[in-house]
Amino acid sequence: MGGNILEKTNGPKAGGPGGNILEMRNISKSFTGVKALQDVNVQVKKGEIHFLVGENGAGKSTLMKVLSGVYPYGTYEGDIVYEGAVQQFTKISDSVKTGIAIIYQELALFPDLSVYENIFAGNEVKKGGIIDWNETIIEARKMLQKVKLNVNPETLIRDLGVGKQQLVEIAKALSKDVKLLILDEPTAALNENDSENLLQLLRELKNQGITCIMISHKLKEVIAIADKATVIRDGKTICTLDASKGEITEAAIIKNMVGRDIEDIYPKRPDKKFGGHILEVKNWSAFDPQLGRNLVKNVDLYVKKGEIVGIAGLMGSGRTEFALSIFGNPRNYKLDGELYIDGKRKKFNHTSDAIKAGIAYVTEDRKGDGLFLIQDIKSNVSAANLKGIASGGVINDNEEIKVGNDYKSSMGIKAPSVEQLVGNLSGGNQQKVSLGKWLFVGPKLLILDEPTRGIDVGAKFEIYTIMNKLIDQGMSIIMISSELGEVLGMSDRIYVMAEGRIKGEIAAEDADQEKIMEFATQ
Amino acid sequence: MNFFQEAKSLLKVNIRDYGMYIALFVIMLTFTIMTDGLFISSRNISNLLDATGYIAVLAVGMTLVIVIRHIDLSVGFAAGFMGAIAAIMLSQLGVPVYFTIPIILVLGIVIGMFNGVLVASVGIPAFVSSLAGMLIFRGALLQVTEKTGTIIVKDDTFNALGNGFLPSFGKIAGLNVLSLILGALVILYFVYAEVTKRNQKIKYKFEVPSNKIFAIKLVFVSAIIAYVTWILAGYNGFSWTVVITLLVVAIYHFLTTKTVLGRHIYAVGSNPEAAHLSGINVKKITYIVFGSMGMLSALSGILYTARLQSATTTAGTLFELDAIAAAYVGGVSAAGGVGRVTGSIIGAVVMASLSSGMNLLGVGISYQYMIRGAVLALAVIFDVMTRRKRG
Repeated sequence: MGGNILEKTNGPKAGGPGGNILEMRNISKSFTGVKALQDVNVQVKKGEIHFLVGENGAGKSTLMKVLSGVYPYGTYEGDIVYEGAVQQFTKISDSVKTGIAIIYQELALFPDLSVYENIFAGNEVKKGGIIDWNETIIEARKMLQKVKLNVNPETLIRDLGVGKQQLVEIAKALSKDVKLLILDEPTAALNENDSENLLQLLRELKNQGITCIMISHKLKEVIAIADKATVIRDGKTICTLDASKGEITEAAIIKNMVGRDIEDIYPKRPDKKFGGHILEVKNWSAFDPQLGRNLVKNVDLYVKKGEIVGIAGLMGSGRTEFALSIFGNPRNYKLDGELYIDGKRKKFNHTSDAIKAGIAYVTEDRKGDGLFLIQDIKSNVSAANLKGIASGGVINDNEEIKVGNDYKSSMGIKAPSVEQLVGNLSGGNQQKVSLGKWLFVGPKLLILDEPTRGIDVGAKFEIYTIMNKLIDQGMSIIMISSELGEVLGMSDRIYVMAEGRIKGEIAAEDADQEKIMEFATQ
Repeated sequence: MNFFQEAKSLLKVNIRDYGMYIALFVIMLTFTIMTDGLFISSRNISNLLDATGYIAVLAVGMTLVIVIRHIDLSVGFAAGFMGAIAAIMLSQLGVPVYFTIPIILVLGIVIGMFNGVLVASVGIPAFVSSLAGMLIFRGALLQVTEKTGTIIVKDDTFNALGNGFLPSFGKIAGLNVLSLILGALVILYFVYAEVTKRNQKIKYKFEVPSNKIFAIKLVFVSAIIAYVTWILAGYNGFSWTVVITLLVVAIYHFLTTKTVLGRHIYAVGSNPEAAHLSGINVKKITYIVFGSMGMLSALSGILYTARLQSATTTAGTLFELDAIAAAYVGGVSAAGGVGRVTGSIIGAVVMASLSSGMNLLGVGISYQYMIRGAVLALAVIFDVMTRRKRG
């Protein structure tokens, strides 16, 4: 393994200049019955910047995982034609060998290693099995020059900002003789300046003949640098827009992105009655000391009794962080601003304070931080309100089973018994257990974070129905969702968040998908 | 469902819970046969249980520590150190035993809580902070025993905790009367509690096992209690060590299975983030669990010092590893959130039975270590396999 991979050149091979470097033909992929991709077709010409756009969950990332071998050959249908030949990647290293590099939104760097160690991690410069660190540093410098990153290669990744880390990732890809560079939302965590630098770099790489596929939610980026943009919706390719024909406009992208009719899966509430402000926050900010930036900035927001308030926005726009910051602040942000419950100013030191004040938060990551997967249904339902089944600190087991059974039937949880482990339930049923757990607490305000992520249409409808029932019982709901259809279908009023700020407030009757997208992509 | 189907399905569902009891039974039976009944003799069983006490109480505390995904390596020398302090208070300072014991227990709580603060609030991994504690207590034990060497304890009340037996009030056919009465009371209480539980379930209209199965369970468990009582009554009856250990197990079993606090402990163990978002104070739970561990270390130190009637310079060596092994053999999951106090006690008895049986057979100490190591590995393999099947 003495050969130095860096000495190879980026010479054009099959396909030739102007030909297709990549063609994905009729790609279909399902996960346990749910079709994530359906006959997706994408053609990427050599040397172009090709964007994939679509809503969260449309299938963009899945498509890129198929391409890079994360989902191996045989687990999907269709053909990947790369550099003129059908490829059968069974693992990620197969695609890396052919010059495909993928950079994920969550960077895959080692924070406690230096820049040069990171660039050559897994691709070490070695002579006879022994790493030549001097040579590594020299090569790393060359790579850093290519991406115009002016840092000492011995700097630790931890000490670099996210923007520079992103550039190190690209340098790492370049060191592997990359021909096709895939970037999954590279600018989502970057500020204006870093984003601009990155886009400039991509243009230069393009001039050097590197093809680039990019996933992004920021439409102005698409308009600025895309040669082509393929729109994906609900796992299907809708169209490919061509910049040279002047087809890439904001209007065209949004229209194709959201063009689906809202199906009739959103049950209506006939008589709406709103009361006073159950929750109000004024000039609310949350600063994360670990990241060193504000995740929530000067938010003003209120929720009326009996109201479903939607918070729309893209991933990373600060919606979850906002919810956590008002729900007893479990991540220890530094908070600023005023919080009122029922008109009374409150300060919560712990989630238990927020729960006592009548707030409940159903997390977006039900497996990660919502449920106790190794415990059964009844223990999950009672977990946040053990007092409700105990007297003098001693639990009444039979009462717990009864409560579990009550919620099992009222939520429609499909399981043989309440002794079933929650880890063995389907996503939709797990979500109902989550809801049941919080309803047993009896909150005034229920915060639902992505309440229907990853669950099928039938279960979605059931959850919407439960939401309406709760409103009828006098509860109020904040619904955080990336699914525009759901936000429009269920909300009485909608806030749109981006970059930690409320970018717009829209009454349900005035709202449409284009308006929300405009605010969200500002 | 007919009788055999019901029994079979009950066994299948609860194989993980019963596995340890079955293993213990097989081990005891094997040794009994191989030693021509010497293993199951009253004297041997009585000694075996007395020698298990100071590890068993540690295993109870360790169970909870492992359930909340931590570990405590300091408990062995902490026990040794606190046993030495108790000896000093009794022998050199002349503090009455009824003051010494509560003071040592409180000292244990304080030490444990301090460990909890390091882990939960400062954020030091429990492995490291308790390793540091282990070194510190080892040094502290040497320090306090430096001048005098072994400290002899002459207080009879104190020493009775490790060597004494409950008074007998006479003997019937060579059997200890009070022990027989206690055994009978335990059986009566057990039957009463089970019947009440079953009636409650019926009142709630829940499914209960058929009468036949229920009756068999009552007879079976009562027979086991009666048999153990009979064996112990044939020697000196219940020792104070066994009584204290059983009390600790009963209290902790109740705490972990029946109370809000117990539920919170298991919630923190199975998913700390979800527990926090459910309004559970994860830090507070960590303090409590480490505090209880400290208290039980103190108790372990008291039992051990009383058993030896003296505090030695090496008291507590490797106790922590015996306690951890007992917990794992007893079905505690290293991933957290799973494990029973009763299981860990059985684990401790399994390990003690292995030592005792092999000693009777004259197996060399080198093989004893290897065999105990293999049993520990097998127990965890069994645990992982049965869990995978269920998951």
